[in-house]
Amino acid sequence: MSHEDAATLLGLDGVTVTVPDGTVLLHEVDLAIPADRTTVVVGPSGAGKSTLLRLCNRLEVPSEGTVSYRGTSLADLDPRQHRRCVGMVFQRPVLFPGSAADNLRAADPDADHAALVDVLDAVGLDAALLERAADALSGGEAQRLCIARALLTSPEALLLDEPTSALDEDSRDEVEGLADRLRERGVTLVWITHDQAQAARLGDNVVALREGRVVFSGHVDDARAAGVLREQAAS
Amino acid sequence: MNPVAASLQLATTTAAQATAIGWQGVAFAGLLVVVAVLVSVQQRLGLQRPLAEASVRALAQLLVVGFGLRLLFAPDVSILWSVGWVAFMVLFAAWTVTRRAPTVPGLLPRAAISLGAAALVTLGTVFGLGIFPFEPRYLVPTAGMMVGNTLQAGVLVVRRVVDELTEQRAEVEARVALGQPWQQASRRLLRRSLRDALTPQVETTRAVGLVFLPGAMTGLILGGVDPVDAVLVQAAIMFLILGGTAIVSVALQASITGQLFSDDDRLVPLPR
Repeated sequence: MSHEDAATLLGLDGVTVTVPDGTVLLHEVDLAIPADRTTVVVGPSGAGKSTLLRLCNRLEVPSEGTVSYRGTSLADLDPRQHRRCVGMVFQRPVLFPGSAADNLRAADPDADHAALVDVLDAVGLDAALLERAADALSGGEAQRLCIARALLTSPEALLLDEPTSALDEDSRDEVEGLADRLRERGVTLVWITHDQAQAARLGDNVVALREGRVVFSGHVDDARAAGVLREQAAS
Repeated sequence: MNPVAASLQLATTTAAQATAIGWQGVAFAGLLVVVAVLVSVQQRLGLQRPLAEASVRALAQLLVVGFGLRLLFAPDVSILWSVGWVAFMVLFAAWTVTRRAPTVPGLLPRAAISLGAAALVTLGTVFGLGIFPFEPRYLVPTAGMMVGNTLQAGVLVVRRVVDELTEQRAEVEARVALGQPWQQASRRLLRRSLRDALTPQVETTRAVGLVFLPGAMTGLILGGVDPVDAVLVQAAIMFLILGGTAIVSVALQASITGQLFSDDDRLVPLPR
């Protein structure tokens, strides 16, 4: 099975990830993540969801198999350039010491004030936040700043590892509300979630993992029909 | 020979009797170890055995060193034996650094090179500029002070680097995920670990004389050297230790950090 057709942004072919103690995190995963869509990744804790995302940003490398970007193996791409094409946002907002502007310039040191204001606007944050200390931001503001920071590298895709799980309900709605805006900017989203309702709200496609194996990959309507989302909630 | 070195040589030839305390003196001093053991018993610290073992072991080690140095310092013995002794000290110090941070790959040769470079520069300065005469009696103790102090800095910098990168892994990965090279992603943390490694020596240098009288100076005064001459010797040694500490910290950090990242900037697992 080939995962490298034109619509595939990220492909995994026979990918296995084994850690030094012998634990297998992913077993021979074959997967195609389409461009210009939102793919939600669901599965119980320990299913390998975060490992899947880390592979796509090359924070992990497969023990076996190939991860590819637009049909080219990541091993053949400049890792730094690739990471700027496929940004990553972590479960807990990771802000660097300094102001919000300092955080944004960590992604693009040459960004001028207008560019910073523009990217803050894209994530629904006010420009007045720029000079505020990063550690004075609320959880929702911090996570949106992390997304803004990732957007400054002009990525084609954003990998979001349960970006709302550490947030309260209002902050979750703020971050979730960004999905449409990001898609309007042409950013492909890969969004890990434990929340069945969130997966149904956000996803065009669904990938379900269990014990390191892909148990479903397809359109969100097919996932509903197959009971995948309900099944995941029960898990 | 400069006046300080001349004064030292004169003092060492005349002060031997003044500082020969004999076994009786050691035994009296050892009574204080008994006091420490009694405190341990009274406070139920369970340190009686370690205290006794450490004291006996220290005495045994010092006696071995003392007899070894007596052989080295004999008039007809080549100074190359002393150079070999210093090389052994450097290797043992490197092994100690490695033992304190076993998770860092390839640490032993890097520690040996860093400590060796610091010893070479500092001792080269001491003997090259004629601060001390290049004789076994001066080489071995001076090297001991240099290597001992730089060893502490080496252990500290390696442990701080590992601790910082482990505790702040999330920050490093967030930076790497933005496409930063590992050197940039870890710069803030490495700078902090270097500062932490150098700070104790800076504080020691700052407090010297006011809070404590360091070993070399104390030994010289006990040996009958004029206190001002002893101070000059101590000042020279302190400056060299400070420089040696900086050399080891920077060299060791620079050489091990690359081992902690893959070619594609990923931070390797670092179990502590």
